[in-house]
Amino acid sequence: MHIRLKIWRQENSQDTGKMQDYELADVNPDMSFLEMLDMLNEQLLEQGQRAIEFDHDCREGICGQCGVMINGRAHGPLKNTTTCQLHMRSFREGETIYIEPFRATAFPVKCDLKIDRTAFDRVIQAGGYISVNTGQAPEANSIPIGHPVAEAAFDAAACIGCGACVAVCKNSSAALFTSAKITHLVLLPQGAVEAQQRVRHMVDQMDAEGFGHCSNTEACEAECPQQISVLHIARMNWEYNKAQLLKK
Amino acid sequence: MGQWTQKTLTRKNWMAFTGLFLCFFLIIHLLGNLQLLLPDEQAHLQFNAYSHLLSGNIIIKIISWVLYASIIAHVVYAVIIMLTNKRAGDVKYHYDRRGEVSKWYTRNMGLLGTIIFIFLVIHFRDFWYVYKFGSLPLDARGNKDLYTLVVAVYSETWYVLVYVLCMVALCYHLLHGFFSAARTLGVYHPRYVQWIRVIGWIYSVGICAGFALIPIYVHFLK
Repeated sequence: MHIRLKIWRQENSQDTGKMQDYELADVNPDMSFLEMLDMLNEQLLEQGQRAIEFDHDCREGICGQCGVMINGRAHGPLKNTTTCQLHMRSFREGETIYIEPFRATAFPVKCDLKIDRTAFDRVIQAGGYISVNTGQAPEANSIPIGHPVAEAAFDAAACIGCGACVAVCKNSSAALFTSAKITHLVLLPQGAVEAQQRVRHMVDQMDAEGFGHCSNTEACEAECPQQISVLHIARMNWEYNKAQLLKK
Repeated sequence: MGQWTQKTLTRKNWMAFTGLFLCFFLIIHLLGNLQLLLPDEQAHLQFNAYSHLLSGNIIIKIISWVLYASIIAHVVYAVIIMLTNKRAGDVKYHYDRRGEVSKWYTRNMGLLGTIIFIFLVIHFRDFWYVYKFGSLPLDARGNKDLYTLVVAVYSETWYVLVYVLCMVALCYHLLHGFFSAARTLGVYHPRYVQWIRVIGWIYSVGICAGFALIPIYVHFLK
């Protein structure tokens, strides 16, 4: 198939950047979206031009590295799918495809489609952990955890931190990401111990990074590759309000 | 103090508290106004007596101050939240179809709120201001004759039209607002979330249909 592309090009974080037009012939409909970009990059390199930079790693939909705005939608037109799991058969012959980086003040563009998502790392560093002395692996069944609780915690832990929730949010809110980690840990006995300080520190860091408010539009859940539930946001609010009221 | 007013989550809490208080007020306001649907002679004296009762009662006075404060706080926090959100996402997408994955009224609470605010200004000027500070004639029992004023205002077709359109805006605002307030305050259990959805629908449609019915009824049947 033959496609037209409009891709965001930006030399570095200081550059203003602009949309640039490309055309690509002989695209195989069974190619993944990233393979299509690889093909374009090979052609650009052969012509002596700078390749388009984009993040990717596993290309199996589990690492959360890839992620761009495709035709105005986070990770492209499919719901709950990473960019690497999107295939060219989802597009029409001759279609013009817009590719832009995820946008948020907390996610500055580094180069082309590559953004700096370390704001997420700092939110996790603020409290997305449990404090234990590491040593030998503990006996797995020494702390009994019911199966439904373990499953619920794991559902929250499935977040891959791709940033699509922020990109699709009209307020660039990181509520879904932050709340997923808070819920994951508060559900488990090991995490419940530090629940209060965790939620306060992580929410404070989320604010400090410059993410916006959650308006509960639920767009994040629709685009999340891991289908992280928006009810985690309610859980975060609950834990935060509780922590504010009960803190010493 | 900052932790109660400056965090994204606490600001949303204030929006939820003030919003839910306004939701509660709307129920009382609607129940009182339903007296306008009574037969003419009865509605006339009863509605005026009810208005007089409200304006004299100290408890009602306190509640009315909470009401004014809630309206102002709801608007002020909405503006603060909007400005923060603007800063959080100041670069726009060239091609933006994010709207496909959420409902339009959840994304336009500010616009709907602005319509409601303009409506409130008109509403306060036409009834509240005239009743409190204007010179209304007295009815047979010596109460200020608000009833005649209401019937006169609702005889204007354009006014009824604008009123009903504003109630549609209010309905969508409540539809998201009621549910969103519950989520902000932390209702996370799936069962109660479902209930709140249903209660929110019944509440929003009930309130707005009730308020819209009154001017239409008065316009055509009085």
